[in-house]
Amino acid sequence: MSRRLGIVLIAFILGGLLALMLACSSEPTPAPTDAPEPDGPSVEALKSDVVAHYADGVHALYSKSLSSATAMDAAINVFIADPSPATLEGAKRAWLFARDDYGPTEAFRFYGGPIDNEEDGPEGLINAWPMDEAYMDYVEGDPGAGIINNPGTYPQITAELIESLNEEGAEENISTGWHAIEFLLWGQDMNSNGPGSRPVSDYTTADNADRRGIYLATVSDLLLVHLRGLVDAWAPGVSGNYRAEFMAMDVNDWLNNIITGIGELSRGELAGERMTVAYEERSQEDEHSCFSDNTVADIIGNARGIQMVYTGDYGLTTGPGVMDLVAAVNEDLAMNLNEQIGRSVALASEIPSPFDLHLRENIPNSDPGRASVLRTIESLENQTDSIVTAAEQIGITISVT
Amino acid sequence: MPAAERGKLVVILRERRPVPLLRRPGFLTLAATLLVLAVALFAACGGTDRSPETTPVPLILVAELGGDTTAFTTTRNAFGLSARNLNKQERRTFVVGNSFFRQNWVTAPASTEARDGLGPTMNALSCSSCHFLDGRGKPPDGPDDGERGLLLRLSIPGTGPHEGPLSEPVYGGQLQDRAIVGVPPEGEFIVLYQEMPGLFADGETYSLRSPTYQFRNLAFGPIQPGTLISPRVAPAIVGMGLLEAIPEADIVAAADPDDANEDGVSGRVNMVWNERNGATSLGRFGWKANQPSIEQQTAAAFLGDLGITSDLFPEENCTAPQDDCLSAPSGGSPEIGAERLAKVVLYTQTLAVPAMRDISDPQVQRGAQLFAKAGCALCHTPQHTTGQHELGAVSTQTIYPYTDLLLHDMGPELADGRPDFDADAPEWRTPPLWGIGLVETVNGHTMFLHDGRARSLAEAILWHGGEGAAARDTFKAFTKEERDALIRFLNSL
Repeated sequence: MSRRLGIVLIAFILGGLLALMLACSSEPTPAPTDAPEPDGPSVEALKSDVVAHYADGVHALYSKSLSSATAMDAAINVFIADPSPATLEGAKRAWLFARDDYGPTEAFRFYGGPIDNEEDGPEGLINAWPMDEAYMDYVEGDPGAGIINNPGTYPQITAELIESLNEEGAEENISTGWHAIEFLLWGQDMNSNGPGSRPVSDYTTADNADRRGIYLATVSDLLLVHLRGLVDAWAPGVSGNYRAEFMAMDVNDWLNNIITGIGELSRGELAGERMTVAYEERSQEDEHSCFSDNTVADIIGNARGIQMVYTGDYGLTTGPGVMDLVAAVNEDLAMNLNEQIGRSVALASEIPSPFDLHLRENIPNSDPGRASVLRTIESLENQTDSIVTAAEQIGITISVT
Repeated sequence: MPAAERGKLVVILRERRPVPLLRRPGFLTLAATLLVLAVALFAACGGTDRSPETTPVPLILVAELGGDTTAFTTTRNAFGLSARNLNKQERRTFVVGNSFFRQNWVTAPASTEARDGLGPTMNALSCSSCHFLDGRGKPPDGPDDGERGLLLRLSIPGTGPHEGPLSEPVYGGQLQDRAIVGVPPEGEFIVLYQEMPGLFADGETYSLRSPTYQFRNLAFGPIQPGTLISPRVAPAIVGMGLLEAIPEADIVAAADPDDANEDGVSGRVNMVWNERNGATSLGRFGWKANQPSIEQQTAAAFLGDLGITSDLFPEENCTAPQDDCLSAPSGGSPEIGAERLAKVVLYTQTLAVPAMRDISDPQVQRGAQLFAKAGCALCHTPQHTTGQHELGAVSTQTIYPYTDLLLHDMGPELADGRPDFDADAPEWRTPPLWGIGLVETVNGHTMFLHDGRARSLAEAILWHGGEGAAARDTFKAFTKEERDALIRFLNSL
């Protein structure tokens, strides 16, 4: 807490104490609650604009993600209909392309919104990781593993079955979403210098090839269903959808959600779960897109999502962002944080790909690749502290990992 | 001694006003102190028109239940945040520890080398499957519920190594109801509940459910007759490092094994075996205070619950007749190395205590007074000051865990019948109450006590017997308004 804010708080509490003492002589009265708002009406109006533009941005980004995922689904259907090295390559490329659009949307998580609310948020179905690959399909050393290779237990592979099995029992019994598709296209990554290389024969002559194809088509369809649900939830002018409720809520609560989302993604999720665990433990199983070696692109996508919410520049639509609010109170802080967030994106872009090169046991921390990973982690951590401070400046207290 | 005076006494007795807070520089702390004074004044001035038996006591209600570690959060992740005062490197270690706490372990050998070695027999695949979101496990609702948030400890009469419990010779010290492929699970159990109706003094009815356990599908024949069974649910694990940092002398000083002060409450320490020191030391963790440190608690849970060996517990828990268990492949020796274990230990030590809510709510304040009045605070000691700990974040903090970490006779109805070092059959360690009001938010249930038999906080109070009987009877004699206020106070923690 800043010194100035501390003094304000103490003055406020002393005031409350005085009021209580006065109250003793008469009948007890409830303690005063809110401090007088320091912000003028213009800041309040700006808050509403930031929140409204955020909703536009979320809708635009989910729409874009749905669009490229739909193209991926088409490429996957082409591959399944006619499995060949070329069609497999086409499906992989479509996955990589679509994946870039999903990454930034992860800045819309961590406050129980449509993506990850407790009741029916589809996050676990869309993007859960790491995977227990053997839960879905064969792995090295266990050719009969997984749902695909167990027609006795699971005679029919359907959307309902797959959805119901996802995260059954434990967090990484993952059988749907981006990483399930990734695993079915690339297979386990046994190559030190490249991604996994699943043979086309897995979809032609191998055991349960037909079931594998059905599984892939089904999870691809499911991904579209879940993404479409998010687009609908944020669509403008639809009464009763999430966005309608969102716009009706207190603007400060919403700013809290919005900033919590980028604060949690920045450090706890991206710097922490997705980078530090893999970096410190040197465990490839902990890198994000471990089959396709797309981890660096994933990191950049997440970092850009934070930048979009902060600046209000979502690419497809531009308007007031959190930065404008912070600038209204503390211009220097707003600019510094903008630079910091931009630097994180730049540092992430400098990480040499593939990410798993930097996780090998014999690579010293001084290796340029590892150093680059660590620099990005530190930058993301630091920017989270600044995000928390910036939020405080506009009267929002957030708690992040 | 009337309950009212007891309640009053305890607060005055432990007149640890917020002085320790003042020792610490910092505006937030000063602000908190002022808030305490404000609440105390408010409570005091509200009492002028009240009858003598409800004489209010100055309350120490502080939002920062965990001192500087406290996180202000009420979300579903309220138990999962790191202590707010960790340094950068500690926070990274926390993140890594979290990963090993949360994710599944897998059968060895596997390409998932960091996380293999599960079993051969176990109760769960990950720490988080029982401590879901770092919170509290839930027992089965009945014989047909597959919920696995509860496990059974087993022993036979007598004492085992280091004066600890003597394991059942075939099934060991804990029934493992799962196993890796190719190894039989030891067996299963079901829970049957019997309703026990009761009445509050004002005529309102309640019902408590009393559990019994039956074994099913035992793989190695019947359990030895006379086996002692202790069911345990996984508790929430916030603030554990702070509890570890409470000076041993303070815990021992509060013990009153012969009730010399005649307050109806004794309080005993459990002296248990410390694997790290190779000596007996004060127990403070676990439902019967049978673990001396978070490290040992964590390592014991890795072995007992997941089948993961460590330096502290290097042997798989396969008893002599369990051949498949004994011959199953190992995930390394040990399966979780010292460095990784240390990271999970740090994680467990530094989960932030969520802040108390609604301190200025009159009903919460009234509930706090009634909590003291009923004598709850005689065991659920509100305030402690931590000493020096290897982790700076949990050292020298003024905290409000609402526990004395001592063993108390809770009466025959709660007794598990299974001694554990110095803990007798009816004795349980006072569990901390911080965070208890957020269990429903985090874990979606309100099942309390060591076996989750209580379906609400009120039922948990009503189960108190033995040394807790007087407090329970006071609660039963309360008016509805008073009971509601007390529960509201607990829910604000």
